[in-house]
Amino acid sequence: MSDAVLPIDDSAISATPTPATETVYRHTRVVRVTHWINLICIAFLLFSGLQIFNAHPMLYWGQYGADADPPFVSLGAVYAPDHSLRGVTKIGPIKFTSTGLFGVSHNEIRGYPSWLTLPASRNLAAGRRWHFFMAWIFALNGLVYLISSAVNGHFRRDLVPTRAQIKPAHIWQNIIEHAQFKHPVGEEARTYNVLQKLAYLGVILLMVLMVLTGLTMSPGIDAFAPGLLWVFGGRQSARTIHWICANLIVLFVLVHVIEVFIAGVVNEIGSMITGRYTYPTGADH
Amino acid sequence: MTDALLSRRGLIVAGTALGGLLLSGCDRLSQAPEALKLIDTAEGVTLRSQRLILSAQPLAKEFKTSDISPTFKANGSFTPTDPAYLAMHDKGFADWRLTVSGLVQRPLSLSLDQLKALPARTQITRHDCVEGWSAIGQWTGPQLGGLLHTAGLQPHARYVVFHCADNLGGPGDGGKYYESIDLFDAFHPQTILAHTMNNQPLAVPHGAPIRLRVERQLGYKQAKYVMAIEVTDRLNHIGSGYGGFWEDRGYEWYAGI
Repeated sequence: MSDAVLPIDDSAISATPTPATETVYRHTRVVRVTHWINLICIAFLLFSGLQIFNAHPMLYWGQYGADADPPFVSLGAVYAPDHSLRGVTKIGPIKFTSTGLFGVSHNEIRGYPSWLTLPASRNLAAGRRWHFFMAWIFALNGLVYLISSAVNGHFRRDLVPTRAQIKPAHIWQNIIEHAQFKHPVGEEARTYNVLQKLAYLGVILLMVLMVLTGLTMSPGIDAFAPGLLWVFGGRQSARTIHWICANLIVLFVLVHVIEVFIAGVVNEIGSMITGRYTYPTGADH
Repeated sequence: MTDALLSRRGLIVAGTALGGLLLSGCDRLSQAPEALKLIDTAEGVTLRSQRLILSAQPLAKEFKTSDISPTFKANGSFTPTDPAYLAMHDKGFADWRLTVSGLVQRPLSLSLDQLKALPARTQITRHDCVEGWSAIGQWTGPQLGGLLHTAGLQPHARYVVFHCADNLGGPGDGGKYYESIDLFDAFHPQTILAHTMNNQPLAVPHGAPIRLRVERQLGYKQAKYVMAIEVTDRLNHIGSGYGGFWEDRGYEWYAGI
């Protein structure tokens, strides 16, 4: 393993051969704590959010939107010729039957199925209370992360891609390495690769957008900051963007969890608990 | 390698099982009274934060005539079933009287004509239902603040309660619709008693003869079929005591969003 035969054996340095793995302190305490609080918040926000969505399972563009207006997204229900209920999902020009998942599940008209909503039963009032309680924790937790990361250099040091990393050739090479499940070793393994950096910066932006589009849905906040309506193109647009961002965050979480399993679940989760991350030095190559 | 795979599979199985357990536990927890009490604290934080940023009483965005929804969705009661209301409706609300009572110096009783003769404010605003949809309409009516000034508030007045003609929750007093706001919202310039919508007398599905418009709040606060206004110092003696029909059914008194 680490006892590679060295070509020259006369220096003092060579007396200590490079080990196969090394452990670095990768995640600061604030990153670790905010990460797990964030996970709990997102879980509650997602499932209570789907409960709220179910109260009006349609999305529109613009300032207004209700039953009589053309929706951009709808998780609807129609009666089939045999009088059974059929779930029909419409997203922009795409339309497909989604009985059992969207629109209709367990023979009931329901945007998202009960196993995806909090509470499982139809309860908009409880869903809202959970959503806004968790939204406060999510926003404050996010603020702690953003401020500390700006101040302590986490963004600049760990997340902003280097000049060399943003070259298209490098990004392309990184995509190929990901597709081949190749993992970097040595110095390269100590830092995030460019796709990781872009994914993390992207999901941070999505979470900021979640808070802003959420606030745009408040008639009180709109009176205080009408600029939000201008930025997002109206309350109903903000609601639609809120939903799109939620979907993208779910997509991020799926990829993130899969990557954790591919990269080594114990080391990855462990590092987000203790801060210490073990990586191969490449000395045995 | 096999060991690593096995443990990995074990972790996935354990993780899924734990996740399932958490989810079903979460669902029971999500409706537990203790949990609901804890998360209710958020409403107070939201109220205080919004009051802080709205202390200068900014107006809700007012739209152009061209922004008005082609169809303004009606929700809740489409027509009250109360015989007294229906009788008044048949006479064009000629017998209808709006009373202002409770903690006021001079209780008022106004006919629809008297109300329509008062200086009115017209505003094109967005109506946001708690369900998620929005509609834009034009509303005309006297400011609530002016009416309350005329009646004169007693020193310990805190809330304005709107008693309505519709029985959205079924027959009997328990099913009566009502709403309440505090003086902060009651004296906001855009808080009006709308008798006219989109230049037409308010239609029955929208709350004829008058409905409250309290912009910066959600749809269920915009009480329809208002019959009586009561000024009070507390809300616990009305309905189930939470300050409104939907509030008594678990919704926030100050929703915020």
